[in-house]
Amino acid sequence: MRKITYTQATLEALQEEFRRNDRVITMSNDIPAELREEFGEERVRLTPISESAFVGAATGLAGSGFVSVVDLRMATFAFVAMDQMVNQMAKITYMFGGQAKFPVLLRMSIGAGIHMAAQHSISPYSMYMNVPGLKLIVPSTPYDIKGLLKTAVRDPNPVICFEHSALAMVTGEVPEEEYTLPFGKADIKREGQDVTVVALSRMVNEALAAAEEMESQGISCEVVDPRTLVPLDVETIRSCVRRTGRLVVVDEACRTCSAASEIISLVVENDDVFNKLKSPPARVCGLDVPIPYSPPMENYVLPDREKIGAAVRQSVRK
Amino acid sequence: MAIDNQELIRMYRTMLTIRRFDERASKEFRGGSGTVPGLVHSYIGQEAIAVGVCFNLRLDDRIVSNHRGHGHLISKGADVRRMMAEIFGKKTGYCKGKGGSMHIADFGIGILGANGIVAAGLPIATGAALAAHLEGGDKIVAVFFGDGATQEGEFHESMNLASIWKLPIVFVCENNQYAVNTHYKYAVAGGSIPRRAKAYNMPVRSVDGNDVVAVYEVAKEVVARTREHIGPYFLEFNTYRWSMHFESDAIPDMRPKEEIEAWKKKCPIVRFGKRLLKMGVVTEKDLADINDEIMDKIQDAVDYALESPLPAPEDALEDVFSV
Repeated sequence: MRKITYTQATLEALQEEFRRNDRVITMSNDIPAELREEFGEERVRLTPISESAFVGAATGLAGSGFVSVVDLRMATFAFVAMDQMVNQMAKITYMFGGQAKFPVLLRMSIGAGIHMAAQHSISPYSMYMNVPGLKLIVPSTPYDIKGLLKTAVRDPNPVICFEHSALAMVTGEVPEEEYTLPFGKADIKREGQDVTVVALSRMVNEALAAAEEMESQGISCEVVDPRTLVPLDVETIRSCVRRTGRLVVVDEACRTCSAASEIISLVVENDDVFNKLKSPPARVCGLDVPIPYSPPMENYVLPDREKIGAAVRQSVRK
Repeated sequence: MAIDNQELIRMYRTMLTIRRFDERASKEFRGGSGTVPGLVHSYIGQEAIAVGVCFNLRLDDRIVSNHRGHGHLISKGADVRRMMAEIFGKKTGYCKGKGGSMHIADFGIGILGANGIVAAGLPIATGAALAAHLEGGDKIVAVFFGDGATQEGEFHESMNLASIWKLPIVFVCENNQYAVNTHYKYAVAGGSIPRRAKAYNMPVRSVDGNDVVAVYEVAKEVVARTREHIGPYFLEFNTYRWSMHFESDAIPDMRPKEEIEAWKKKCPIVRFGKRLLKMGVVTEKDLADINDEIMDKIQDAVDYALESPLPAPEDALEDVFSV
């Protein structure tokens, strides 16, 4: 099968959905030339740097019969439009008693590890998990992002796609023929018997590398990628942990109130799974500090394959 | 004045409906039947603006309202029964009891919702205007906000975006002088709100917001121009809210009593009624009959709200997402 980059897969998803539905409109202050050339400046709209205005406009446009796709660029800029995302977009369907649909896709890049310091390195998906009314996707491969983005454009609700900037140039197999991927369906990226490692976004790759290393040490790791955080495929994660009895959750975001925290809660709240645990579930997360600039400090506060390996060994020893 | 007599009477009736609706909603909230939860922000005193603007809109034009929104909704054609039921938190309300006074919407008649966050409706309205632009017809959007909203970033960003994209939207600023208790002359640098709109390169009119005929006439001209989809327009209407910020003693009214009384003497409804009498469009008896008819209509809305069922507790779990 052909291999393409994560960025190319993203572009293909949008191109296909733009061709499929002429009411799909995109707004951003940084737009791909390919989209503008093919679909024109009315549908592919260049915005000023006015996040509140164009995120809010995306909601008004969606509520008026169109499908809005907004690229906010970095997740950190999205905070400028917090009112429009949290007070408006997320709640508008509910507050109005479900009388209108708001198909909005917000894309934003996340992630540390490229020495951009605190304001350009955040992975804030768990903040949005605390806001009912938003669907959240965290694709880790070119195949996943293409299929999930296409589903996101067709969803009648606000969806946020968190795209790790370190994945942009990563390549992977993506079929030529069209496909979509469902929300709420985790993907088992590697089979294993001893420990279930649930990993998010770029950490899927780190977890796979750690699993490889663990194999050579005689520990068999299963790597599960939830792919979407809202909805979250709790059933798959629980059934994996029921079988292995051990759980390590890897999340680059700060550990306090993280997606990792929520995943562990959902697993241990279940009597049946709880009774089958052989060791306490563990989080391997970013430390609770803003991301520092200088590489030795940045590496120290982020999870990596060694830290994942250590947590896996610890969980097997107990 | 080239407004048809029947239209004038309809305008008067709608203004009085807003007045009686908000009097009753406030009364019910403050004690009445003792069953109204939440908050009510009264539109009393500003009725001429919603009516004068919305009477120039079509059913398929869209409006975005704000926390003081009952007048806009009634003027655009919302059903007072379902509005009252929503304020009472009933299942038959516009939002099935999920929104209350500040979140009433009726997408079927172009009401894209009231909004509890000051200025937050402006970006949404700008998006609705983008939809009208992309559809390519002559549909327009009107967004209502107060003087307080003009200090928010969302106001400035939306004005700029609507202007550079030449969107078909009328920005309707109801300058009721105060943002809660803060006078606009204190809050607005330079003391003029229309000047801000000029900075965003859009035409501006500033009009007496207590004269419904003046509001209607300027709105008619501005709406017609906006239908050509050549860009946004800004209207400032000077007015005054009679009641405190909302119907509760939680925030005391700090405005001078003499000022409040002076503005009450400029009542837009009394003024319009006198004008209609003088023009011979109505008699005193007609006005009394209209009032009786509206009192019955509001009573019917309250009865409907009282008789309507409350939502089931577990209804809280529905409508988080559309399917």
